Amino acid sequence: MTARSAISSAVPVASPRRLPPARERGVVRWLRRNLFDGPSNTILTVLALWALFVTIPELVRWAIIDAVWHTDDPQRCREAAGACWAVVAEKYRVMLFGTFPYDQHWRGVLAILIIVGMGIISAFKRFWSYWLFAAWLAATAVVLVLMLGGVLGLEPVGTHQWGGLPLTLVMFLGTVVGGMPAAVFLALGRRSSLPIIRALSIGFIEIVRGVPLITVLFMASLMFPLFMPEGVTIDKFLRAQIGMTLFFAAYAAEVVRGGLQAIPRGQYEAADAIALSYWQKTSRVVLPQALRIVLPALMNDIIRAFKNTTFVSIIGLFDVLRATSTAIQDPLWVLYAIEAYLFIFLLYFVFCFAMSRYSEHIERDLARGRNL
Amino acid sequence: MSESGSRDDLEGAPDAIVQMRGVHKWFGDFHVLRDINLNVGRGERIVVCGPSGSGKSTLIRCINRLEDHQEGDIVVDGTLLTPDIRKIETVRRKVGMVFQDFNLFPHLSVIENLTLGPVLAQHEPQTEAETRAVELLERVRIPEQARKYPGQLSGGQQQRVAIARALMLRPKIMLFDEPTSALDPEMINEVLDVMTELAEAGMTMICVTHEMGFARKVADLVVFMDEGEIVEAAPPDAFFANPENERTKLFLSQILH
Repeated sequence: MTARSAISSAVPVASPRRLPPARERGVVRWLRRNLFDGPSNTILTVLALWALFVTIPELVRWAIIDAVWHTDDPQRCREAAGACWAVVAEKYRVMLFGTFPYDQHWRGVLAILIIVGMGIISAFKRFWSYWLFAAWLAATAVVLVLMLGGVLGLEPVGTHQWGGLPLTLVMFLGTVVGGMPAAVFLALGRRSSLPIIRALSIGFIEIVRGVPLITVLFMASLMFPLFMPEGVTIDKFLRAQIGMTLFFAAYAAEVVRGGLQAIPRGQYEAADAIALSYWQKTSRVVLPQALRIVLPALMNDIIRAFKNTTFVSIIGLFDVLRATSTAIQDPLWVLYAIEAYLFIFLLYFVFCFAMSRYSEHIERDLARGRNL
Repeated sequence: MSESGSRDDLEGAPDAIVQMRGVHKWFGDFHVLRDINLNVGRGERIVVCGPSGSGKSTLIRCINRLEDHQEGDIVVDGTLLTPDIRKIETVRRKVGMVFQDFNLFPHLSVIENLTLGPVLAQHEPQTEAETRAVELLERVRIPEQARKYPGQLSGGQQQRVAIARALMLRPKIMLFDEPTSALDPEMINEVLDVMTELAEAGMTMICVTHEMGFARKVADLVVFMDEGEIVEAAPPDAFFANPENERTKLFLSQILH
């Protein structure tokens, strides 16, 4: 062996553990690093501050200081220089419930509460199981009974009378509750070893993904009835619902497939090795893991499905947006459409933001590598 | 080979719980198993060794049909393996398998990992399965980890859970596919100790491993594979003292220091 180097050395010590050295903090430091970091950033910051200075006071004046909050006299709005929020108080029943019979609005309120309540329950991981999905099916049934009536002494209400937020939420609920299982089966079908099932799944997904939602809805509302035999009619709401559901399913199927692909082969083999059947393996080992992985991406599709419900207005259904635009056609209040639309904007934002925050929360948990 | 051929073989080796007769397998054009003939007696321990890519993992994966073979017969406890899913599931209920990478189900707790198979595949009541699971966890010396998730355990603990999971099906045969290769060195022995105890309790075992100390201690037969063939098979004393084939000698010189 050659001579050892005398340069390498290491010093054994006994060094006690201690906290890391204190970091620099403070407002000035934060401002300098984030807002005034070099000349170009400083210019941008000044410009942005100027833009805010010009717009914010005017907005506050219009929206709050000079706004009219309560009145049933549109003349007072005309005299004021600010926003006319009174239009919301005046028209909210029509905006939120559309053409639903006025004295039956409580049923719409209950339907909204059930759907929102189920959404909140689903946000808690301790409730995650296949039972939760069963609970959603049950909730859907209850909501349909409430909305349709005709049983339990409830006055029957046809879907042509539905409108507003209940219509939007029922459409959304039906899309997700019906579309998720369809998406899972399509994703499994696309990975199936059976050639016909695989071909059908690929064909369906690619065709539906290849056309715009509006086309699907027009097909459902205008062309589909032409193909039906004489005398057979399918409810317009139901046709739109099916179109929305299939559209959602095709997109969500590809997301779910991504999750299935992320499950290591060893998981399938371990499930095979303990003699689980295909469906046992899929439902107890593969899907629970795959769906957890893709949940943030699925939430993205679910939020989009919520906003896509506004498309049904083009085939003549009175979702909450269409109901609003109808409500403010009242000549007395027609000047205050902006205020009414801002209210609906806020409504959509609250729903979508809640779902978005929830998805972010899940993503954080996943990033920490926690078991959900 | 026909069904009757395998029945003849059954008569030929009545005590063999696993019989492989003229088994060939290809991955695409690659001939990964070449004319494998192997009998495993009830209660006997076989250690399979060989360089990587020699087909030893593929060989044991054919026994519970994680891989299918193209030619030859594999008979496990009287069941001839065919593409028939019922026969495959019959065999899998009798064969426990332990993987190199543990392959525990990360979304299930340790106890759920153990009970899933018996409850679903053998319709055992949940409470009975849990009682047995706790006993098995004591046997592999980690009863305190029952409610934890696999991600919270060390590699050695995970592999012992995997052994317990495989034992939950009350298997007649245990397959080990390089069970200690993914472990940090200080954890290898805790897994080998559990395997040795299992061997002493009379379990039929087929282990793919490079742990030659383990082979020496528990194996009834050491099988050396290279390039898809069984090159040499002998009891451990003879195998390590007087390897006959040049390839075996080369392999042993590389692996034993």
